[in-house]
Amino acid sequence: MHIEVNGLNKQFGDFQAVRDVSFEIERGHLIGLLGPSGGGKTSILRMLAGLEAPTSGDIIFHGKRVNDLPPQERGIGFVFQNYALFKHMTVYDNVAFGLKVKKQAKEQIRERVMSLVELTGLKGFEHRYPHQLSGGQRQRVAFARALAPEPQLLLLDEPFAAIDAKIRSELRTWLKEMIERLGITSIFVTHDQDEAIEVADEIMIINKGRLEQKGSPWDIYKNPQTQFVASFIGESTIVERVERLKGFENATNWPGTQALIRPEYIEIGKRSEFRLPSATMQGKVKHLHFRGSEWMVEVMVDDIKLITYRSLEKDVLQPGDEVSVLVHRAYLFNDNDSWVMENTLKEDPMPIHI
Amino acid sequence: MKKLWITLTYLVFILLLVVPIVKIFTGAWQEGWSGFIEALSRKQSLHALMMTGMIVVIVTAINTIFGVMLALYLVRATWLGRRLKQLLNSVVDLPFAVSPVIGGLMIVLMLGPSSIMGAFFEDIGFKVVYALPGMVLATLFVTFPLMVREVMPLLQEIGSQQEEAASTLGAYSWYTFWHVTWPSIRWGVIYGIVLTVARSLGEFGAVLVVSGNIMNKTQTATTLVYQDVENFNVTAANGVALVLAAFSVGLLLIMEWAKKRKEVH
Repeated sequence: MHIEVNGLNKQFGDFQAVRDVSFEIERGHLIGLLGPSGGGKTSILRMLAGLEAPTSGDIIFHGKRVNDLPPQERGIGFVFQNYALFKHMTVYDNVAFGLKVKKQAKEQIRERVMSLVELTGLKGFEHRYPHQLSGGQRQRVAFARALAPEPQLLLLDEPFAAIDAKIRSELRTWLKEMIERLGITSIFVTHDQDEAIEVADEIMIINKGRLEQKGSPWDIYKNPQTQFVASFIGESTIVERVERLKGFENATNWPGTQALIRPEYIEIGKRSEFRLPSATMQGKVKHLHFRGSEWMVEVMVDDIKLITYRSLEKDVLQPGDEVSVLVHRAYLFNDNDSWVMENTLKEDPMPIHI
Repeated sequence: MKKLWITLTYLVFILLLVVPIVKIFTGAWQEGWSGFIEALSRKQSLHALMMTGMIVVIVTAINTIFGVMLALYLVRATWLGRRLKQLLNSVVDLPFAVSPVIGGLMIVLMLGPSSIMGAFFEDIGFKVVYALPGMVLATLFVTFPLMVREVMPLLQEIGSQQEEAASTLGAYSWYTFWHVTWPSIRWGVIYGIVLTVARSLGEFGAVLVVSGNIMNKTQTATTLVYQDVENFNVTAANGVALVLAAFSVGLLLIMEWAKKRKEVH
């Protein structure tokens, strides 16, 4: 289903939950609404579902304005954060609910429910009640129930929040595959950036009720358009007066500008390891943290603290070690503008042509 | 010291609850089986028991329907302001705080023959006060909070998400109520019904004021017991009281059973 939202606003008393949000979603895409808790993501989702009425703005499905349609007639499936399974009904009856409402023939219902039960790997559990299922199984029941009436749009509110970490990543992959296979337009809400990056075709970053940026995960990572997006996606350190770092002296042209530097923009090692030693600075290792698959290194360059990662394959550093530090790029921002600045010394000043 | 307290507690329990029941029982059988039958088969006894029965049935039916509806609106309605909801919520408890006699008096003042509304109803030939409608109203006033207070916490506990899920699956409110909400609240409703029956069976003060206690006309079982006692007809009073007590014990058993079911979701 093609979805268009124009100038959407939602006010709860004095609190403005959603501010002037507009976007468009192509048919068949899987969209992640990402942002901190209480940022208005769930409100947007609930307005799309018709569970909440917008204060102003238009919601358009397939070129038709649906603001005044009740949820029953919007052709959507909704998976709630706590699944909201009908607790006095078996798995079978839960999945069949939407079909029974439509008064479909018994045989037809049975066929559809059994195929969904199989699809979601719940075969053999049809006669269990929700309280006899694990978290992951409940989530799949909620998913099957939402899919049963063949909705045009699937909305998922924090679908993985109530599941423990290990099963969560399995379910993520499963859900992504499932949605791809069915080709259904889907929107899910999450506050977990890894989840959004891993699952979504496109991410919309929502903060304080505003849509900060919309784009593919790679786009957003590479090219953040606001400071909030830059600091929310990926890890980063904020550096004041970035002109003190080698290669960024030009930053003096923009007074009052701060820099955001991601760990992966920074390289550390022996001076001899660098192709262009002239672009490096001297730094001192302050702390080392073992992160399971790599070292997280805190390095001091004068009084600027930088954070980066180092492979376990390289020599193990010790706190107090002198190292060379190369900062590849920084993301600069001030009150009105933001842009990416590359290290000016990285271009070899005296290229040797053989 | 501890033993003394235990003894004292049991003593209070026996004095307050056990002895009176035994006394009613023995009192009713004072003149043997025939005395008991005679007390019950008096014309006024049969009429009073019938009046009580009618009040119980009507009040329970009205209270169940409107109690459940009010609970639904107080918990779910988004179109009521929060302040207004809080106000309504506290007003529901009013009958708990007000003496039933005063409740009855309010009905007499509002709908009695000398009031505007009462005169109007009288003109169209519908007697409210000193007749069955007034007694039903008085009993409704007293029992109104019971159903609301039983159902509201259940509705709050189950939350609105299951109902919202039903709406996204295409179900409208009537279907949603019967297939999603009702199974979750039905034991609460049954418990509320039992409480309402028990209360309307035993209501005295409000009914006495509204009914005028006219024998064979507006007399209920409880007001009959009161009149028999006044007339030193203790055996008859005990006989009717025993019937009421037997119903109460039955209700108590149903109540225990409903309570257990209510807790097991």
